[in-house]
Amino acid sequence: MADAQRHRSSAARPSLWNDPKARSIVFQTIAIVGVLLFFYYIFQNTLANMEQRGITTGFGFLNNEAGFGILMSLIPYDESNTYGRTFIVGLLNTVLVSFVGIIFATILGFIMGVARLSRNWLIAKLAAVYVDSLRNIPLLLQMFFWYIVVLQTLPGARQSYNFLDSFYLSNRGLNVPSPVFEAGSIGILIALVAGIIGAFVFHRWAHKQQDVSGKQYPVFLVSLGLIIGLPLIAYFVTGMPISWDVPVLGGFNFQGGITIIPEFMALLWALATYTGTFIAEIVRSGIQAVSHGQSEAAHALGLHNSPTLRLVVIPQALRVIIPPLTSQYLNLVKNSSLATAIGYPDLVGVFMGTSLNQTGQAIEIVAMTMAVYLALSLIISFLMNIYNARKALTER
Amino acid sequence: MARTHTPLPDLPPPASTIGMVGWVRTNLLSTPLNVVLTLAAIYLLYISMPPLIGWAILDADFHGSSKDACTSSGACWVFIKARLDFFIYGFYPTSEYWRVNILYVLLAIIIVPQFISNFPRKSWIGIAGLTIFPVIAYILLAGGVFGLTSVETNKWGGLTLTLVISFVGIVAALPIGVLLALGRRSDMPVIRTMCVIFIEIWRGVPLISVLFMASVMLPLFLPEGVNFNKLLRALIGIVMFQSAYMAEVIRGGLQAIPKGQYEAADAMGLSYWKSMSLIILPQALKLVIPGIVNTFIALFKDTTLVLIIGLLDLLRTVQAAYESPEWPDVAAEGLIFAAFVFWIFCFSMSRYSQDLEKKLDTSHKN
Repeated sequence: MADAQRHRSSAARPSLWNDPKARSIVFQTIAIVGVLLFFYYIFQNTLANMEQRGITTGFGFLNNEAGFGILMSLIPYDESNTYGRTFIVGLLNTVLVSFVGIIFATILGFIMGVARLSRNWLIAKLAAVYVDSLRNIPLLLQMFFWYIVVLQTLPGARQSYNFLDSFYLSNRGLNVPSPVFEAGSIGILIALVAGIIGAFVFHRWAHKQQDVSGKQYPVFLVSLGLIIGLPLIAYFVTGMPISWDVPVLGGFNFQGGITIIPEFMALLWALATYTGTFIAEIVRSGIQAVSHGQSEAAHALGLHNSPTLRLVVIPQALRVIIPPLTSQYLNLVKNSSLATAIGYPDLVGVFMGTSLNQTGQAIEIVAMTMAVYLALSLIISFLMNIYNARKALTER
Repeated sequence: MARTHTPLPDLPPPASTIGMVGWVRTNLLSTPLNVVLTLAAIYLLYISMPPLIGWAILDADFHGSSKDACTSSGACWVFIKARLDFFIYGFYPTSEYWRVNILYVLLAIIIVPQFISNFPRKSWIGIAGLTIFPVIAYILLAGGVFGLTSVETNKWGGLTLTLVISFVGIVAALPIGVLLALGRRSDMPVIRTMCVIFIEIWRGVPLISVLFMASVMLPLFLPEGVNFNKLLRALIGIVMFQSAYMAEVIRGGLQAIPKGQYEAADAMGLSYWKSMSLIILPQALKLVIPGIVNTFIALFKDTTLVLIIGLLDLLRTVQAAYESPEWPDVAAEGLIFAAFVFWIFCFSMSRYSQDLEKKLDTSHKN
């Protein structure tokens, strides 16, 4: 009996060569050794090449003076600053255009996605034309078009388009008034924060009340009142401490206010309209994925159109929409690197372009830039995953 | 005496619900909001369309060969006509255009059957297009053998170069993508981790940084004396980048194959590679053809980025042409032409993939 069992177990054991476990260990060892050898080979070549070209390795160059100007910067910057600072300037510019681009693309995409499903034939067709045309044209080409054909052919500063004597659109960009915060404006900020917290607390309280008693409160209106009303009251109580610095035409350019450079506008417009087409398709398929029976059932329960959309259709559609929407956001951030082609000083433009050409520190700079994009991608995925988890179906 | 009841003939539906009037009422004017939207849309078309049509067609110049022929206020399509050869062939020698033309004919022979359902042996034609065609194309374009004069890759340009890059990108990325996708689903943790890292790194960075890397870092990696030309470096970058995206598409297909298929293949005693190549991959790849076409569309649009590292693709030829002093103020015409070419390719491919998706969809959702 024992003998038979031993016999069986030894028969079930394949030869070493055919043992899946042994084979898998062998294969994995080969893979590791192969990859290590490959990297060692590249590393040796790189060292030899760099020695030959006289490039020193290391990140010491980040403390050297950059010596070139940057068209647009969110933090104070001039030619005497270091490469480390150009990196920060480029990074902030990338983050700025990505962030604003994501907001605009989302709004545009949702409007167009809903418009494509509109029962109004003309609106649906117009939205379809928008989506099908811009989606199939390379983003870089669109960027060139907006920058060269539209924005550079605008009139000069003296003949600029003028709105309300405070907004000026010319080939130098869009000049808008900038707010000037005087003493006491901190009160407004405090009021705004208080308003947001108040709205949040009220929202939770109203939700709890509805769970207990079924009574509904006008959450949206109260929140709106708190968030807008409180700062407004604070504004008047503190004696109107915010004034506007309005751009004024002096010489050949504008003084005062904020100048939004045309490169930024072209990049933002192209990114938002291009990504908007993809978001529109995602929204459309998300809404179509909610079966018609759901809205019929909601109507049968006596819900009107608006609550049906808000409480039944949209929450279910969002589940389908969010994952692909996340990847569109990631695409937008990555596509913002095309800025370098039209001269917007983003991370790739100032750091991977100018700084790399001046220092020749290819490996460090490419690695840093790639690391930044990887980090941005991870952050966005992480935030969207949290949002997705909140919206996901909780099965009971 | 039984009286049979004969109903009167049906009245016609109210005039306001059928025909032209009915269509307008239900599709344009059903609610007050729709009336406003319709009016707004009509106004938008009214202010934008007449000047656009006037510029592009009515007031445009079509005849002539130089900038002097553009006398009217509209678009100068003469520019496109005069520089069309440059846009298609780049700096390819004029005497060798026939070689490129043969390629375009071959490409049409391969692609057209794919759009016709029930065309005999169309999948074989497609497979030949992915395997034999690239070899023929390389021999014809580069020359140097069979008595063809050699043409350096820096002479390649225009639409031809755009097609070369996107085609190489997809053909080379497909097998690498299959391997990466299989690796990502492997039971061996080391292989799986390596594939995941490779895929996620390439997918997390913009193509432009990959191209920069290929053009400035790749020369540092190579041993002394070995030098890749600019096109080859760009192609390596694009293939690496594309294979990561391809791997994710194919992984989707692999995950969609029911577990029973894997188990059945194992039960038949097939080895890993046999079960993959004979059972799993044929099913999985068929499922993801629409996804592959979509990746191809994205790649085709992304090829324009190579102009940033100095290659002469279609967009760059157009840009170079409108920046030259002989043709001032034709940027709009040039960019619209390029946009139109890209649009035709991408739109037809996306329609193709949508049709395929419908054909392959066997669910009963709707």
